[in-house]
Formats: sequence, C-alpha cells, structure tokens
Amino acid sequence: MAASTEPTNNEQMNIVFVGHVDHGKSTVVGRLLAETGSLPDGKLEQIQARCERESQPFEYAYLIDALKEEQAQSITIDAARVFFHSNKRHYIIIDAPGHIEFIKNMVTGASRAEAAVLVIDAKEGVQENSRRHGYLLWMLGIRQIVVLINKMDLVDFDEGVFKNIVADYQQFLDELGIKPMFYIPVSGIQGANIAVHNEDTAWYQSETLLDALDSFQKASPPVDLPFRMPVQDIYKFTQYGDSRRIVAGSVSSGKLAIGDRVIFYPSGKVSTINSFEAFAAEQPGEVMSGSATGFTLTKQIYIQRGEIASKVDEQPPYVSKRLRVSLVWLGQKPMVPQKQYHLKLGTAKVRCTIEHIDKIIDASDYSSTEKDRIEHHDVAQCVLLLHAPIACDLSESLADTSRFVIVDDYEIRGGGIVLEALPDEGSQIREAIFLRERKWIDSAVSMYQRSERYNQRSCLIIVTGTEESRRKEVAHQLEKSLFQSGKFVYFLGIGSVIYGVDADLKLFAATDDPQEHMRRLAEIAHIFIDAGLILIVTAREIDQADLNLIRSSIGNERVEVVWNGSRVTTDINPDFQIDDDDDLNTSVTSIKGLLMEHGVIFAP
Amino acid sequence: MDHLQELENISVYIFREAYANFKNLGMLWSMGKDSTVLLWLARKAFYGHVPFPLIHIDTHFKIPEMIEYRDRIVREWKINMIVGSNEQALENKQTFPDGAIDRISCCQLLKTEALRGVLTGDGVRYRFNHALGEYQREENPEPFTGVIVGARADEEGSRSKERYFSPRDRQNEWHIAEQPPEFWNQYKTDFAPGTNVRIHPLLDWTEINIWEYIEREKIPTVSLYYNQGEGTRYRSLGCYPCTFPVNSEARNVREIIEELKTGRFSKIAEREGRAQDKEDGGGLESLRREGYM
Repeated sequence: MAASTEPTNNEQMNIVFVGHVDHGKSTVVGRLLAETGSLPDGKLEQIQARCERESQPFEYAYLIDALKEEQAQSITIDAARVFFHSNKRHYIIIDAPGHIEFIKNMVTGASRAEAAVLVIDAKEGVQENSRRHGYLLWMLGIRQIVVLINKMDLVDFDEGVFKNIVADYQQFLDELGIKPMFYIPVSGIQGANIAVHNEDTAWYQSETLLDALDSFQKASPPVDLPFRMPVQDIYKFTQYGDSRRIVAGSVSSGKLAIGDRVIFYPSGKVSTINSFEAFAAEQPGEVMSGSATGFTLTKQIYIQRGEIASKVDEQPPYVSKRLRVSLVWLGQKPMVPQKQYHLKLGTAKVRCTIEHIDKIIDASDYSSTEKDRIEHHDVAQCVLLLHAPIACDLSESLADTSRFVIVDDYEIRGGGIVLEALPDEGSQIREAIFLRERKWIDSAVSMYQRSERYNQRSCLIIVTGTEESRRKEVAHQLEKSLFQSGKFVYFLGIGSVIYGVDADLKLFAATDDPQEHMRRLAEIAHIFIDAGLILIVTAREIDQADLNLIRSSIGNERVEVVWNGSRVTTDINPDFQIDDDDDLNTSVTSIKGLLMEHGVIFAP
Repeated sequence: MDHLQELENISVYIFREAYANFKNLGMLWSMGKDSTVLLWLARKAFYGHVPFPLIHIDTHFKIPEMIEYRDRIVREWKINMIVGSNEQALENKQTFPDGAIDRISCCQLLKTEALRGVLTGDGVRYRFNHALGEYQREENPEPFTGVIVGARADEEGSRSKERYFSPRDRQNEWHIAEQPPEFWNQYKTDFAPGTNVRIHPLLDWTEINIWEYIEREKIPTVSLYYNQGEGTRYRSLGCYPCTFPVNSEARNVREIIEELKTGRFSKIAEREGRAQDKEDGGGLESLRREGYM
C-alpha cells in the first residue's frame, strides 16, 4: 500500500473509534496508520523490536497504546489522539476505550468528534457497550457513523455472519433513529478492507474504511440558526489603562453584526452592538458561529457571565427553572433525589436537584425501567429543578446551548441534553419582564450618568423581619441618615402601595393576589432605580419566592435585604441581619457599612 | 473558517474559561515556540493584556539567548513575570552532568521539584519589578490553583492523554486512569482545596500549526530556532547539557514549515534532540506523572 500523499488543503476532521472492549479498535487504528504511511520512521520497528525483546507477539494496538500501564493490561485506558492524513484531508483519530469502567473517557473522546467509527467483533457480535456507545453517540450529537464488523478472519470471512450482525445492530439503532452510512466487514489484524479490498471478502466491494472516512462531510457551521453566545466574561482592564468594557464569549450559532440589537437571557436586558474588538487583527464588522469574540455595547447594561446573548428579532432561548433532560451518569455513587448538584450549561452554573425521574434506559438492551435513582453508567430521562432560572435551548433545535453537565463534589459526574423547558412559578412574570425590557424607552440621561452625578449606585433596600420587629423605625432612621449624607433616597411604605397603585387588587378584585402585589412593587422599584435613587421599603417576613420575583425584575445586584431580629423565620439568606435589641443608630451605622462594602455608597 | 482560525478560537475559549474560574491563575512560559504561541493567544483572549503572571522554571542551565529573550519580552509586553528554581539542588550540585546523577533525576529536581515549589508557594519565587527593572524575591507567595501549560497532544504518547483541564492532586501528581470526563466544551473548573488544575489550550495543535501560526501572526521567537549560517538550529529548546541542535539550513519561519512538511524532518520526532526522553523508556510518562510539564 502506497503512503497517502499530503492533502493540498488544510481540512481536518476528528473521528472517534468506539465499541465494546477487545473488539479491536486500537488494532484497526494501528493498521490504518501503517497502511497510510502515517507512522514516524522507525516507530513500527521500535515497537516490533520491543515485543520481540519482551517475547510478546506484536500487535498494531501497541502503536496507539503508548502508555506503559495500558500495555501491561492490554486495554486502552484513555482516549488517545493520533494524527494521520489521507489523500483528501487530515484526521485526528480519537481511540476511545471500550472497557466499561472507562465510559467517561469514551465520552471525552466522542465529545470532540465530528464522526464515529463503531467496531463490533464478528465472533462476539453485538455486546453491551456496542449498544451503550451507540446510544451515547446519539446523545452527544454525532450523526455520521460507520460500523465495522471486525475480526472477520475469525469467522472465515463469512458473509452470513456479517449480515446477521448488521441486522441485529440496525434493529437497535432504528429505535434511536440512527442510520449508519456504511457497515463494513474488516480484519484489523490482516488488513482486510481497511485501506484496500481483500480477496477473502470478494462479496464486499463497497467502501473500505479509508473510503468511508473520506466520505464523511464537514458539518457546515450553524450560521443560519438563531444567534447564541454564552457570555464568558465582561472585561474591563482599567488597571492596564484600557477603558473598553468588552462582553466576551464564543458564538455557538448564528451571526452578529455591528448595529444589531441583542437581548441577554435570563436577565432580559437589551442593548446594541457598538463594535467588535480584536488584538493584532482587524476589527470585524460581523462574527459567526465558532468565533471567539468580544463586543462593546452602545448602552451600558448590567449583565454577567452565565447569560446567553441572542438577537432581539430572532427566536429567543427558553428561560426556566425546570428542565426535562436526557442524561448519562458517570459517578460511582448514584445520582439521587433530595441531594443537591450543580448544573453547568453554556457558561451558567446553578444548583439543581432531581424533581422526577421519568425513566431509566438500560443502554445494554434499550429497555426502560423505573427506578428512584440514577446509577453508574445509567442513561436517564428526568426533570431537573434548578435553584435559579437559566437560559437554554432544546437539543432538537440548537444543540450547543442544550448541552449541560452535572457537577458533584468538584467533579463532572454526568452530562446530557435538554429535551424540554417546563413552566415554573415565575414563567408568567418573566414573560412580562422580557417584554418590558424589549419595549423600554430609554431616558435621555442614563442610569450610569445619574449614578455618577449622585455619587451612589441606585438600589432597592428591603427591610424585613417578623411582625413585631421594628422594621419601619429602622427604615426611617436609615432614610434620614442617608439623606443627611447627601444621598438621593426615598422610603416607600408598603401600605402606600397597597392603597394606591394596588387599589384595584385590594378593593375590587375577587381574590387578592399576593404575587401581583409583589410584581407591582418590583416595577415601582425598577423605575426608582432607573432614576438613580436608593429606594427603601419594608415588608413583613419576605420569603425566597418573593425575592426571586423581585430579583428577576430588577436584577440580583440591585437588591439589598436587611433582616430585623435575631432569628430568620423564612427561607431567605439576608445580606445583613440586625438585632432588635441594638441601639437604632448602631444598627443604621452597620447597615451603611454594608452598603459601602457592596458599592452602593462610598466612603466619605 | 480555516483550521488555524479554528484552533485559535478553541484556545481563546479555554483561556477565558480558565480566567473566569481560577482566582490564582498562572501560565508556564519556557520561551520555547509553543509557550510563546500560548502567550500570544493570551493576548488575543484578553485584548492585548496578560491578566495573570507568567512562570518560568529556571534550571540555570538554559541557553543564555533564552533568558535575554525572556527579559526583553517581559519589558516590552509589561508581563507580570515570576521566576523560580530549585535553589537547594543547585547549591548541592545535584545536577547533570557535573553532579553524580542521571538526566532523569536532574529533570526531576530542577524542573518537577522546582515547579512544585513555585506552584505551592513553598519554593522561592522572584517577581519582575517593572519600576526597578529587576527581579525581586516575593514575600508570602500564594499557591496557584490553575496553571496554563503549552503541552500538545502530538508531542509524545503521554501528552496525547491529557485533558484540556487536567487535575493534579495535592502532591502535584497526575492520575491518568482517573481523569474526569470532558463533555463538549464543559471542563473541570471546580477543584478541591489544595489541588490544582493544569490547563492545556494547545492540546490540538501540531508542530506545523505552531509554526504556521507564528508566521501568520508574526510572533517574535528566539533566534536559536533558526540557522544562523552554521547549518544547525534548535528544533526544541531546553537545557544545554541535554538539548542538541539539529542539522538544518532553515533560516526563517517559512523555511522551517517547508522543512517540516516535505523535508528531512517530516518523519522524525520533534523531541529527537531531547536526551531525557530516551532515558524514560521512550516517553516522558514517569516524569509527567510526578508533575513534569
């Protein structure tokens, strides 16, 4: 076999080799390298000599299994990468382990692949990991698949054996809706149908493995889909004399140009692209999926890492606290309800628990069972309840922003895709807030300009506590004290709202709706904050649901919660707690200390 | 989008993930071509700035041009530079070839051990003071929790098994069989107290990609890589007792790329001129398990 000549283009493709343990993946890859002349000079001889020295039969697999540990055990432990090229293009071959203990390494390998080669032993037929790997390829989003029926030499190159295995495996794949591009009978050891046809399989005249690899298509970047960019960071390198405020991230789909209006989720904040920034390169006027980019905005808005940027005139992502997902669990300890985990999706990270396990899919035979826990290597469909809403997409429409991992005890223990975003208690109000943000008509003077003029950062201070606590006294004293220090501050009593703005609810509505009272209070606060003021309100025993509602309306960073009394009687975690027995002035001074620490007011 | 641009995009993404998730982040810079490309990519990711310190483990056996080049770049690009060594081993002359130890032990002491000291903060660190133009000993050094390293998967066997974000335990050791999974572009960004994470933005780059990128971006590199008329050049840089130049006429980046693609080096391993590799059973695995870069 003549060595492949260097392809003229720079095209590169990542291919993962998967399949059950001992079905011969590494041998096939080693053979492929040898037959395309892709080994460094002397490598083959070096390994052959070592085998001879150690009285071991030479195996092509040793070329790949470069690690001593692996050679000792004769199994691939990690997904090693091997570079090689055909006449058509360059390849990175990811040789994924088939041993069941190393599923996490198979996932790592397959996550980086654009196409997959799944190897099945002709003698053993379809095994547990043949199916599990097939399922994982589907979940990981790999759609270009070739199935090799390997070790045909062990079954005398019998066409009947080949056809039976193909039928058996295709029946399984049909359930997932996967149709491999080719089934190829091969022998890694003898080199049959790897790069050239073999007379022992004269009945097979279709593509060799090498032909099949070259027939894979480079996936076209998803530029025609809605624009998405998970925000990685907001850079402001003022310490290096750089005053640009750059929103940085990698575009996962669609495209974005200067002048486009962007909306960030879950905050719903809206602004317009002012420029794309670059170092040692021309500043682009437009970026598209794949670009690691950064832009400045015409109007400064408060956004943070974890949000997803989208375009105002395109389909928005979903925002929810409840997600129906498909996931694979790789932790030794099972994933159980009640326990708290972290979910990472895009650049967001949020605490989560299992709300409900719909079903566990036994990947080994694709039957489903009902269990109350997700065990090591189980594939499950379940509903996750998040601690705070996040933005995401569904796997059927935008794959990248539907993918997540589960972190437990510092480690990634599972991963999956979002199938459905379910309604939660805040859905309706969030819709109203998103609409408000899109429709908001800016004042001619921005909140940031006011902030600078008034020398304060506008916010809402909620003074809360039990019925007996002296909330109003504290609030009034704080208002006076801030006013005396030259701050622009206003106290708004809850009664003033109930009998004013809320008069319709209080007096005329059939049922009084506490959530609607809270929504209106948040809207009032939102206006005060935009006007640059510090607003102080009192409320009895505010709880987490109330706080979530207020925060989603005016932003996490704009709310300060002070609890009066020695014991917090609701489920909130206040920013500050004061004792009712303390001297009023002492309490107010310490609250002002907190406000300084949080950058609301500044030290004189 | 061409392949180099794809590689740049992935690397920039990894840099930004590292910067967002690790409070005590540092980057190893050996002044070699790979880690210099790494430095350039950091400036791409952070718009001309390098918002974390660079770390050089100085074995005191580096070729002098490398140190001159280092300090020139540090001044020009306003780099926050940290230099560390295993001062005890140097004092006791536990070095190859003048001390009575072999190459591997020398690497272990002057590189692995020195690196461990600098990362944990137990060892001595010198930081470049830009106002004074000199290195000063750092008081109370804090441990690094994230370390960006320029390892490439195509260099040698054990490196091909690395993750983009690869944990090291409290002893700075690497447990190959127990590495975390990496799903899509989600990496290990959480870590237990006392452990640290190695971050590898160049994992998917090849030696040719590195040179093509140096050419495209016009990145300044140390002159040792080029034939100065003697008919030799360094293909890989290290300590002078263990690193040897190769015979080559390549005088510039373009000629190096040609040589790698079609010339005499297209089939010879890059680290051919690095003697320690051969003493480690044809790979760097034992060294790397213990924390070698």
